[in-house]
Amino acid sequence: MTLWSRIRSWTRATLRRSRMESEMDAELQFHIEAYTEDLVRSRVAREEAMRCARIAFGGIESVKEQGREARGVNLVESLVQDLRYGASNMLRTPGFTAITVLTLALGIGATTAIFSVVNPILFESLPYPNAERIMMISEFGPDSSRSRVAFHTYRELAERSRSFETVAVTKIWQPTLVTAREPERFDGQFVSAGYFHALGITPFLGRDFELSDDRFHGPHVVILSDALWRRRFGGDAAIIGRQITLDDNSYTVIGVMPSTFENVLAPSAELWAPLQYDPGHIADSQTREWGNHLRMVGRLQSGASIDQARRELKAIADNPVPEFPRPPWASHEEGFMMDSLQDDVTRGVKPALLSVIGAVLLLLVIACVNVTNLLLARSVRRRGEFALRTALGAGRGRLIRQLLTESLLLAAMGGVAGMIFAQLGVRALAALSPAELPRIGAIAIDGAVFAFGLGVTTLIGLAVGLIPALRASCNEPQTALQESSQRTVGGHRRTRSALVVVEVALALVLLVSSGLLLRSLQHLFAIAPGFDSSHLLTMQVQTYGRRYDDDATCNRFFAQALEAVRNVPGVSAAAFTSQLPLSGETDIYGVQFENASNTQDVEPAFRYGVAPGYFETMGIPLRRGRLFNEQDALGLPTRPVLINESLAKRRYPDQDPLGQRIRFGGSPNRPWDIIVGVVGDVKQTSLAVSQSDAVYVTTAQWLWADGTQWLVVRTRGDSAALAPAVRQAIWSIDKDQPVVRVATMESMLAASAAQRRFALILFETFALVALLLAGAGIYGVLSGSVAERTREIGVRLALGASRESILTLVIRQGMMLTGVGVAIGLAAAAAASQTIAAMLFGVSPLDPVTYLGVIVLLAGVSVIACGVPAWRAMQVDPIIALRYE
Amino acid sequence: MDKQLDLLQGTLDMLILKAVSLGPLHGYGVLLRIQQISKDRLEIQQGSLYPALYRLEHQGWIASEWGESENKRKAKYYRLTAAGKRRLQTESEKWNRMADLIAGILDTKPEEV
Repeated sequence: MTLWSRIRSWTRATLRRSRMESEMDAELQFHIEAYTEDLVRSRVAREEAMRCARIAFGGIESVKEQGREARGVNLVESLVQDLRYGASNMLRTPGFTAITVLTLALGIGATTAIFSVVNPILFESLPYPNAERIMMISEFGPDSSRSRVAFHTYRELAERSRSFETVAVTKIWQPTLVTAREPERFDGQFVSAGYFHALGITPFLGRDFELSDDRFHGPHVVILSDALWRRRFGGDAAIIGRQITLDDNSYTVIGVMPSTFENVLAPSAELWAPLQYDPGHIADSQTREWGNHLRMVGRLQSGASIDQARRELKAIADNPVPEFPRPPWASHEEGFMMDSLQDDVTRGVKPALLSVIGAVLLLLVIACVNVTNLLLARSVRRRGEFALRTALGAGRGRLIRQLLTESLLLAAMGGVAGMIFAQLGVRALAALSPAELPRIGAIAIDGAVFAFGLGVTTLIGLAVGLIPALRASCNEPQTALQESSQRTVGGHRRTRSALVVVEVALALVLLVSSGLLLRSLQHLFAIAPGFDSSHLLTMQVQTYGRRYDDDATCNRFFAQALEAVRNVPGVSAAAFTSQLPLSGETDIYGVQFENASNTQDVEPAFRYGVAPGYFETMGIPLRRGRLFNEQDALGLPTRPVLINESLAKRRYPDQDPLGQRIRFGGSPNRPWDIIVGVVGDVKQTSLAVSQSDAVYVTTAQWLWADGTQWLVVRTRGDSAALAPAVRQAIWSIDKDQPVVRVATMESMLAASAAQRRFALILFETFALVALLLAGAGIYGVLSGSVAERTREIGVRLALGASRESILTLVIRQGMMLTGVGVAIGLAAAAAASQTIAAMLFGVSPLDPVTYLGVIVLLAGVSVIACGVPAWRAMQVDPIIALRYE
Repeated sequence: MDKQLDLLQGTLDMLILKAVSLGPLHGYGVLLRIQQISKDRLEIQQGSLYPALYRLEHQGWIASEWGESENKRKAKYYRLTAAGKRRLQTESEKWNRMADLIAGILDTKPEEV
């Protein structure tokens, strides 16, 4: 009933506003008149009685306002009024409005964009059921890196471990489908039967792999991705059981994965086939089943903890059993490494992303400080206005609501603009992102972060914006109106100066960080990769089909293709290699040295199977001995190998490496190879990674024919332009062989630094914005200060101060702020730069050149920011100034 | 100290409810009745009466209608609603309990502790 009466009273009051107003007028009028009559009756003069009645009643307008409020009329009414007033206020100060909205939008937009990108990568759990239980298990590689595992190692763990529900292994598969046009290559994976089970995803059509699918010489079955199924097979549900031809083999489609399946271990994979390795012949270490080339993933039992699983893996590693003999490269002497799948996927990009988060949070803080500063400046200007409104009967609540409305209006505008920035930002980030950034498909605008950014800035806007209203309504309006306001303005100025100092300090941190990254990148590109990267075209050539199962046929194809490529006009040299520097792939084998104290010791080294002419084509210098010649390519029993400089220095410090013997793999049955030459070091994994050992053999003398090789072509002119002709030359030998990953070496060099460049671009952008905001902050405070001190400046001038001294006065004030900001910022930057140390290269986090450069830059910007107000101060006319106020 | 007491915070509503419970009154009448009952010992800011009246009406404790005053003028009369009656009762009880409690505490003598 009371609720109903309230609504009725509210609607009546709101809808019949004018009637309520006139009734209220009549009622209050009646009261005053009745009281006047009573006073007159008690023999007070009528004039005097009327005056007394008015005084006794109090402020009529204020009572009416409270009455409206009591009826809840003002909710809608005053909101509209506030909005209209706020909007006109904003239009009156377009500069303030634009800068505030832009600052808000930059802060909110940048934060939202960055968090939208980073959130699915670093913080969201992977899209699998109980994703925290999915683990990656690896061997210890060189320098405690993570190395892949062998099939028999997987079998031993699958057999002996109790902590895992499932373990599975996978390797890349790139099957080819020949169509009428060109051979089309697909990305796929060979997986052991438990792979999808380990991830916790089942096909939505058909069935998962079963143990019976994954056996040596088992059936050719394949599972398709949803995208491939829709693209190539029109989403036909009758696909299950159909035959498709891949690599000359007929495969039966047994399943289709759901469209929501995100395969973080191989994002581009579109089809899966069982691994079908041979579990027998475990004693023979020269089989592919003993090659450390599989990625192992496991799902923990629901009861098992990560520590428990680690302890168990250690126990298995330490206690070999006779059923699972181990070759030297899978002895597990150091145990296994186990990381969650999430860590495994994000490990490479984590330092960069965390530092970018830090940078964008700094930017958000700077934006908040700037907004605070702007609002403070405005609040000083509006004190008079609020004092006046209080005097005219506006209640404290009414003023506060007015300011809240204005702040919210600003925040809403900032929010809309920020959303636009965020959208553009996310799109730009996705386009800029380095190839190693995982889960790029899962990136979408993050509503929670947007709300957070908007909330923080709005709260600040509210808190700061309320100051004038609180002050105006606390004080007696009279004093506020009369007050010359010097004292409070001074207080505000100190606060604003402090905020500018904070801004300068934060901007310095961002500038130093991006400066350090810039210098790192310069250092990185100054590094010689060990070969001549100009005019070098690279591509991967694959053989597929039954006829290439024979090693001789395979080698013959590559030899003929090479011959054809060398005859292409514009090609000055060409060669094949089994692995290409900076391609992102690595091929590491165990090597034994005859001069070692224990010849059974195996050390890992990059293995390159190359055609003669490789070093000449790449421009890798010969240090000692000789290079490979055409004789070596024939596979004569001399078995020559080349090693790189650092391996030679490390292994044979006091000996002549030439004539020394080494052996690949651990088998004593394999003959020794003889070192015939030493070549220069080459950066294999990335420019930043220092050289590891490398051994070169000719393709013909390797254990088997490499079915996939990289072609390197040295060209006379533009290397990219020659790509079609080179491809045609290869297809002139066999038109069905896929030629993929065509790129110039220069673009690969750029890609190898893509992550640093990505971070650098973001830091540079943020630093630039921070610099602009800091400059705007200095300008704002100084121009405010000059405006307030006009009278003082006039007095100084009148007393004979020179205009130059006025200029110095203002600039000194500005530079003082900058100086304090820089001093604080330096300390902060020194601390902050430690956090990006992982991304720096060849430059100390305390690099003096960077710090000095940044200080000079900031000083320059602040001189410009001081310049305009200082010039204005110089132009003050003492006569006008003294008349002012 | 003045002979008049300032109104305790929040008690005006209760006094208004009590005043109109004795019969319908216009705003000025409410003021007069409160002064009369209190024998002029309470100081009420006249203007503050109206926001309170509107608030009580808004909450449904009192209802209003226009009528004719003693000297044949149009005036707005307030009367207690059923809900207002209940409200007055609970408020009075609460007030009495509180007053007893406070009085009891203030009357406490050292030997009683």
